[in-house]
Amino acid sequence: MTDHIVTRYDNELRELAVRITQMGGLCEMALTEATAAIKKQDTESALKIIDNDVRIDDLERETEELAIHLIARRQPMANDLREIVAAVKIAADLERIGDLAKNIAKRAVALQDQSQPARIIRGLDHISEIALHQLTDVLDAYTRRDAEMAMKVWHRDSDLDAVYTSIFRELLTYMMEDPRNITLCTHLLFAAKNIERIGDHATNIAETIHYVATGETLAGERPKSDESSLATVSAEADD
Amino acid sequence: MSVAEAEKTRERWQTVMSGPAPEHIKMHTRDVCVFYGAKQALFDVDLDIGEREVTALIGPSGCGKSTYLRCLNRMNDTIDICRVTGKIELEGEDIYAPSIDVVELRARVGMVFQKPNPFAKSIFDNVAYGPRIHGLAGSKSDLEDIVVSSLKKAGLYNEVSDRLHEPGTGLSGGQQQRLCIARAIAVNPEVILMDEPCSALDPIATAKVEELIDELRENYSIVIVTHSMQQAARVSQRTAFFHLGILVEVGDTDRMFTNPQDQRTQDYITGRFG
Repeated sequence: MTDHIVTRYDNELRELAVRITQMGGLCEMALTEATAAIKKQDTESALKIIDNDVRIDDLERETEELAIHLIARRQPMANDLREIVAAVKIAADLERIGDLAKNIAKRAVALQDQSQPARIIRGLDHISEIALHQLTDVLDAYTRRDAEMAMKVWHRDSDLDAVYTSIFRELLTYMMEDPRNITLCTHLLFAAKNIERIGDHATNIAETIHYVATGETLAGERPKSDESSLATVSAEADD
Repeated sequence: MSVAEAEKTRERWQTVMSGPAPEHIKMHTRDVCVFYGAKQALFDVDLDIGEREVTALIGPSGCGKSTYLRCLNRMNDTIDICRVTGKIELEGEDIYAPSIDVVELRARVGMVFQKPNPFAKSIFDNVAYGPRIHGLAGSKSDLEDIVVSSLKKAGLYNEVSDRLHEPGTGLSGGQQQRLCIARAIAVNPEVILMDEPCSALDPIATAKVEELIDELRENYSIVIVTHSMQQAARVSQRTAFFHLGILVEVGDTDRMFTNPQDQRTQDYITGRFG
């Protein structure tokens, strides 16, 4: 892309992208550490994640302010306009991802004294890995303004949904096996749901990147495999 | 070229060159070339002007947009060394045909210029001038009706109703420009050409002219040349981008300013032209 005649315009657009990249990095870290905090029952790390969320919120605010100033001062057009609108949208998605990671960290604090059978935790680890992969890829796609890469993330969201549905069933089963698992499993279920939501936000970001790169909005529903809202486990099945 | 390639080129051409629907074409121009002496200023411009919509012509200085605009009512005839080739039709009629009366043509295709140029006459006479020479008014009261309604359509009447017989040159710049628009409207044109009508006006006078353009498009086809991309985005329904005498891209204004298809258009409207 050739530079603008006005150099400061380029600098301001770069500033905007830098904020998004920073937010993305912090979100990746928050998600990784929140899952680890649950697994290792590491309250200290969990509290740190909760505190750090303020930084993500601050960056979102800064992104928004920068974008508004850019619109007011430069009257952006075409790809510049798309770029700026996209930054605001992506920042909002990342801010939500930060909140969801923070919520997982809070559950880590709540679970500090609960015994945690390894087999029950395994599912959470798995879904967290997939979500992190999605997040990393979508942030790479943003850096490269790569619509094709973003589309791959978009399509892969159904994998995440499918894993979530299976975790849902699994945790229901553990709860039925032994009511003493209910506290742990409920927290894990919410944590898994949060991670699944993080995947949804990554998918939103993918849609936005597609718009920035091509100028076309994605039409149609994305593939869904979250069937947890229909899932039941019958008591007889486990007898 | 293979069939597939030809199809691809055609598809691309249709996105980059999307004009009004055939039934809404007011002016139809094909292969328009303009030469100033030996120098060619416009190259094979194919562009349709839609009925009752505003078409904005944008592009850097010297790109040919004003030259093209002036072809539409044969304003270029006034320049001796200027030669126009190609087809320019108004409602299917060749406006360069020998049978065309240029004075009558310019009544059908009116023009408003960059700097307001009222005659050194009263406000009333400025507007009455056209109807008088074209014999549009049967009586004195007819003429008065035309003048008042034209001033009203130009959004100027309330500001000047008590001083119609004072000189037009005594008005403010913005009022003078609206007086010129009233003068253009008075002869009942079908198309109004505007060559940077707001470049000499302050933002408030500009906003008033833009509001007026928006109202006028209900009854007239308007073609406006503007250096302000924001103005093109605000007032037009279709935007055509010229560069180095070539029509690069034309399409719905909404699309042109959010998702232009040609790199040159994108570079120009985002301020990247070196």
